[in-house]
Amino acid sequence: MTRVLLTCCRVLLALAATASIAGAAPQKAAAPKPPANDDCLACHGDAGAVRADGRPVAVAPETFAASIHGMGGVACVDCHADLATLTEYPHAEKLQPAQCSTCHDKAVAAYDTGVHAQARRAGGNLVAATCADCHGSHDIVPSSEPASRTHHARLLDTCGRCHGNEEVIKRGKIAIGNVVDLFRDSIHGKALIKSGLSVAPACNDCHGSHDIRRKTDPQSKIFRNTIPGTCSGCHEGIGRDYWESVHGTQVAKGSPLAPVCTNCHTAHEIRRSDVEGWQLEVIKECGTCHEHSLETYRDTFHGQVTALGYARVASCADCHGAHDVYPKSDPRSTVSDAKRVATCQQCHEGATPSFAQFDPHADPENRERNPMLFYTAQFMKMLLLGVFSFFGLHTALWLGRGMQQKTAGRWRRRRDDDSTEDGE
Amino acid sequence: MNAQAPAGGHVPAHTHYHRFGRTERLLHGFLMFSFLGLAFTGLPLLFSHEPWAASLARFFGGFESAGTIHRVCAVVMISVFTIHVSRIVRRLFGQKDLGILWGPHSMVPQPRDVVEMIAHVRWFVGLGPQPRFDHFTYWEKFDYWAVFWGMGIIGGSGLVLWFPELFAYVLPGWMFNIATVVHGEEALLAVGFIFTIHFFNGHLRPEKFPMDSVIFTGRVTVAEMEEERPEEFERLRRAGRLDELASAAAPRWVYRLGRTAGGTAVVLGLLMVALILFAVLK
Repeated sequence: MTRVLLTCCRVLLALAATASIAGAAPQKAAAPKPPANDDCLACHGDAGAVRADGRPVAVAPETFAASIHGMGGVACVDCHADLATLTEYPHAEKLQPAQCSTCHDKAVAAYDTGVHAQARRAGGNLVAATCADCHGSHDIVPSSEPASRTHHARLLDTCGRCHGNEEVIKRGKIAIGNVVDLFRDSIHGKALIKSGLSVAPACNDCHGSHDIRRKTDPQSKIFRNTIPGTCSGCHEGIGRDYWESVHGTQVAKGSPLAPVCTNCHTAHEIRRSDVEGWQLEVIKECGTCHEHSLETYRDTFHGQVTALGYARVASCADCHGAHDVYPKSDPRSTVSDAKRVATCQQCHEGATPSFAQFDPHADPENRERNPMLFYTAQFMKMLLLGVFSFFGLHTALWLGRGMQQKTAGRWRRRRDDDSTEDGE
Repeated sequence: MNAQAPAGGHVPAHTHYHRFGRTERLLHGFLMFSFLGLAFTGLPLLFSHEPWAASLARFFGGFESAGTIHRVCAVVMISVFTIHVSRIVRRLFGQKDLGILWGPHSMVPQPRDVVEMIAHVRWFVGLGPQPRFDHFTYWEKFDYWAVFWGMGIIGGSGLVLWFPELFAYVLPGWMFNIATVVHGEEALLAVGFIFTIHFFNGHLRPEKFPMDSVIFTGRVTVAEMEEERPEEFERLRRAGRLDELASAAAPRWVYRLGRTAGGTAVVLGLLMVALILFAVLK
C-alpha cells in the first residue's frame, strides 16, 4: 500500500511540476491537457481495437482497474509519457516503450545491470526479457498475489516462457538450454510444483529478480564462490558445516578449484541425495580432483561394486562425510585416527582397530605406503607373466606341431565318442 | 589316482582302458561347475569398469545375489578340495599306498618330468622324437598343482574377504588389501590358465579336438592308450596288468552328458577369455 501511495504522490508532484513549467512560460501557447484514462479507453477499451496491421491494442478497462496501477490511480500517460502532449486522434502507431523507470527507478537500475538488459544492449538480442515480459502490462498485480506472474508459485512458468521454450532458447542463443525442464524434475521443482511448498525455491531465490547476473559476474548470486552463500540462505545448517570444511575454507579464500554446492548437486536438476544414481555419479565428481584416490578406490571391493552400479557399499561421503569433509589430520575428520574405527563400524559392526588398518585407498605401486602390498603385487605380476609366457609359447609350438602331424595323418582314430559303442 | 579294475576282471572284446574312477570324475564335475560359477560371478568385480561386467552382474540379479552364488560355489569347491585331500590322506595312511608319493601314479614332480618336458619341446620344433609318456604327463601335473595352489590361495584369501571382522582378530587390516589383490590376480591366472591352456591341453589340441571325453567317461580308447601313453601301456603289458584295466565304452548317456557339460564349459570359458582380452587390450 505504501508503494501505491508513493506512486500517487509522485504522479501529483509530476503534474505540479508540469503546471509550474507551464506557468513560467506564458509566451507559449498553454500546454494541452493530457488525455485522461477515459479518453484512452474510449478507443482502447473496445475489445476489438486493432492497429492497421491487425494486431490488437485493446485494454480491458476492468483488468486495468483491478491491476495495482489501476487501483493506485496511475494514468495511462504516466507510463506512455509521449502521449501526454497528444492532441490528435488517432495517435501515431509507433510509440516509446512504457517508462517504468519513472516510478520504479531502483528496479530498473537493477535490471540494467542484469543479463537481460546486457543482452539487449550488447547484441541487440531482442528476445531478452524486459519489464513487461515478466510482469505483464495493464494487468500487473503485486507479486504477493497468487494471480501475479511473479508470484512465487507462478514464477517458473513466467521464466519458462523463454527458458523453457526451445524456440526462444534457439533464437536468443541461451547457452544453458532448457533449464526449466531440468528444474521441474529436481527436488526443488517437485517441492515447488507438486507439493506447493512456499519455502521451496523458485528461480529468483537463487538468481535474484531484477539484477539477474551471469555466473561469471563476481557480483552474481550464482558466481562460483558465492553459490554456497546463496544456497545456505535456506540450507543454513549445511552451510555452517560446509564453510568449516576443507572445501568451504578454500572457497572462502577464493579457490577456483574447491567444490561448491553445484559441483556435486548440479544447478537445476538437483536430486535427492539418497537416490542410488546420484550417489554413484557423485563419486566421479570427487574423482575429478581426487583422481588418484578414485583410482585406488576402484581397486577395492567398495569401488568395484559401485562401478558395477550398486550404491549399497561405501562411497566417498560414507567415510569422509559430505559437507563436513576435513583432512585426515584434523581430529574432526571421520577418517582421523580417533574416529576411523567408528566410521568403519557404520557398516562393519564388529570393526576393531586392527580391522581399521585396512587401507581403502591402497596403492599396489606405492612401496612407502603399502610395502607388503607392493611386493605381493609384484610377485603376482611375475607369476602371471611367467606362467602365461611359458605356457603360451608351449601351446603355440604344440599347436603347430599337432597340426602338422594331423595333416600328415600320423594318428589313428582318436576321437572317442558314443559312436565307438557300436562302431569300432 | 590308482585306476581300479572294473568288477569282473575279464572284459571280452574290450575297446577301452579304464583311467579315472567314478569319484574322481564326479569331483571334477563339481569342480568344473563351481569354477564356472565362481569365474562368472567374480570377474565382473575385477572388471567392474567394463560395460559387460555390469550386464553380467545384472544377469545374476545384482551384485548381492551374484555374491551369494559366488559363496555357494566357493563352498562347493572347498568341499571338493577337502574330499580330495581326505582321499589322499586315506590312501597314504589308511591303505599305505606309497605309490602316490613317487612313481608313475604319483602327482609329485619327478626328474623324468623335466626330461620329458625338454624332449616334448624338442619334438615341437622337430629336434627329436615324441617322448613316451606314462600315466601322468608333466603338463597334467602342472595343471593339478596349479589348481591345488590356486584353491589354497584363492580359497584362503576368499575366506578372509568373506569374514573380515572375524579374521581381523588374527590379521592386521592391511591383509584385506593383500587378500583383495591376491584373490583377484590369482583368479585371473586360474581363469586364464584353465580356459586357454588347460582347454588346449585337454580338449582343443589337434589330437583331441574338439574334446577329450576321458574325464566324463573315465576311459580311453585302446589306440589312444597305445599312442599317447606308450610307456604306461608297455609297463602294464609287461606286468600282465593290462587286462585289469580293459573296459567297454561308457554308456551313451555318459558321452552325451560329457559332451554337453564339457562343450558348454569350453564355450563359456572361451567367451570369458574373449571378454577379458577385450577389456585388457582395449
